[in-house]
Amino acid sequence: MAEIKNIATRDSYGNALKELAEGGADKLVVLDADLSAATKTGIFKKAFPNQHFNCGIAEANMMCVAAGFSTMGLVPFASSFAMFASGRAFEQVRNSIGYPHLNVKIGATHAGISVGEDGASHQCCEDFALMRAIPGMVVICPADDVEARQAVKAAYSYEGPVYLRFGRLAVPVFHEESYKFEIGKGEVIKEGNDVSIIANGLMVAEAIEAGKALEEQGISAEIINIATIKPLDEELIIASAKKTGKVITVEEHSIIGGLGEAVCSLLAEKCPTPVKRIGVNDEFGHSGPAKDLLKQFGLSAENIVKVTKEFI
Amino acid sequence: MDSVLKKELEIFATQIRMGIIESTYNAKAGHPGGSLSSAELFAYLYGKEMRYSADEPKWEDRDRFVLSKGHCAPGLYSALAYKGFFPVEDLKTLRHIGSYLQGHPNMNTVPGVDMSTGSLGQGVSVAAGMAKAAKYLGKDINVYALLGDGEIEEGQVWEAFMFAAQYSLDNFCAVIDSNGLQIDGTCAEVMSAEPIDEKLKAFGFEVTVINGNDFDELEKAFDAFHKSDKPFAIIMKTIKGLGVSYMENQVGWHGKAPNEEEYKIAMKELGEKLAELEA
Repeated sequence: MAEIKNIATRDSYGNALKELAEGGADKLVVLDADLSAATKTGIFKKAFPNQHFNCGIAEANMMCVAAGFSTMGLVPFASSFAMFASGRAFEQVRNSIGYPHLNVKIGATHAGISVGEDGASHQCCEDFALMRAIPGMVVICPADDVEARQAVKAAYSYEGPVYLRFGRLAVPVFHEESYKFEIGKGEVIKEGNDVSIIANGLMVAEAIEAGKALEEQGISAEIINIATIKPLDEELIIASAKKTGKVITVEEHSIIGGLGEAVCSLLAEKCPTPVKRIGVNDEFGHSGPAKDLLKQFGLSAENIVKVTKEFI
Repeated sequence: MDSVLKKELEIFATQIRMGIIESTYNAKAGHPGGSLSSAELFAYLYGKEMRYSADEPKWEDRDRFVLSKGHCAPGLYSALAYKGFFPVEDLKTLRHIGSYLQGHPNMNTVPGVDMSTGSLGQGVSVAAGMAKAAKYLGKDINVYALLGDGEIEEGQVWEAFMFAAQYSLDNFCAVIDSNGLQIDGTCAEVMSAEPIDEKLKAFGFEVTVINGNDFDELEKAFDAFHKSDKPFAIIMKTIKGLGVSYMENQVGWHGKAPNEEEYKIAMKELGEKLAELEA
């Protein structure tokens, strides 16, 4: 078996932007707020310096500048850490991008507690909640490099505002290059009958691991990747919930307002099913190595296995 | 200024004022004060300064205008209506359920509105982005933003000014309506941003301070903008509520509509002014 590569989806972001421009995406421009080295838009900047604009440490202005670019027919990717892109600039995104439904893409890196050592001030676990609440906003959290690069390209081709969430931590690349990402479509990674485990972002790889461990213990888990939180693939989630009768959601986000709540809302209205949410339990993160933090916060295959066994 | 043009613009400004009163009266809400103080500016922009096409509102190479102080929508809507973007009669539907004339400008429903605004401080950033995009695309397009003097208390405005200077946006013109009043009182009492001209100069702008209710001075200011190789700011000293006697310089008319009696007085005053100009 080939060795599994680990790549941070922020690298996928920078590389995909470059690939887009190389492929002739003539409307593409990239904005950053003094974080080009960290968000990896620096990769794009190095290759296409005339299409990259630094807005300085001023995210509110950057989001509105992006709106201005889009009204002129360009497709701007406004880039910063998730904390500042969705948090600091929330109202700019809401009023100057969401309300006029402008064709702006928000590339938000360093999401979740896997930011690591920087600590709680930079560990954004609220961005799904904030961005989902904006009418017409597409919210995507890809699971690995293959999916992330495709998501960037899909966002470029899609007409309307898109929030893309990427991570700092290198995570396993489990998709084949032949995988086809589609906005709004979930992916059944492994079929199962006893429980549905629905994850996104870096938790998908953990869910896959958990699925294997559960299988060995005689529990058949269906593993689902919901990279697009909004619009949600309702059909796929309902079908799986009907089949297994039990759902677990796993996300590197607060259990408030994210994937878990989106799934709960859907199932409560259309297919009442017991749900257990795994995520950040309404608390702030803290400093530490990313992998240790993920374990500590229960965002690990081991904990998914434990919760699943208790739940079913 | 040429006297024929001046007369034309004075008539247009008076029509804009009538539209402001007509629309806010029928809405039973809205912001007449700051709309009235900017009436000459709206008239100058849409009567002389800007390149646009009312028949083709989305014409790609038009100049752009962003009403960063979005609450003064009645003034912008009136200017657009009298220039043929939509029927003047529709001004009466302002803020009504089902009307495309939203309380604050919506670019997707109102022909001629280049950006949805309303949350203070954001429009000026969008305008700066448009100006930068025009340069990137190699297009000869000017972008104008109108801000309130209260609005510049928003920190984002100064982020936008830094951006405009950093990218040498000589196609960007920020107009500040300095009528001296905001909702809770005078700007001096609430949160003074003075000296606005010195601050803007320090931020890298070429700045001119004018009487914004005077067409000769507006013409000189915009001529200077065209000659400038820096981002340009026009600080307009104006009278809030100008043109309606009981609204002039009254802070209470920031965001209140006239009642029936007040409406009649205002329309009589403006009607007389219009008749005088048209005589």
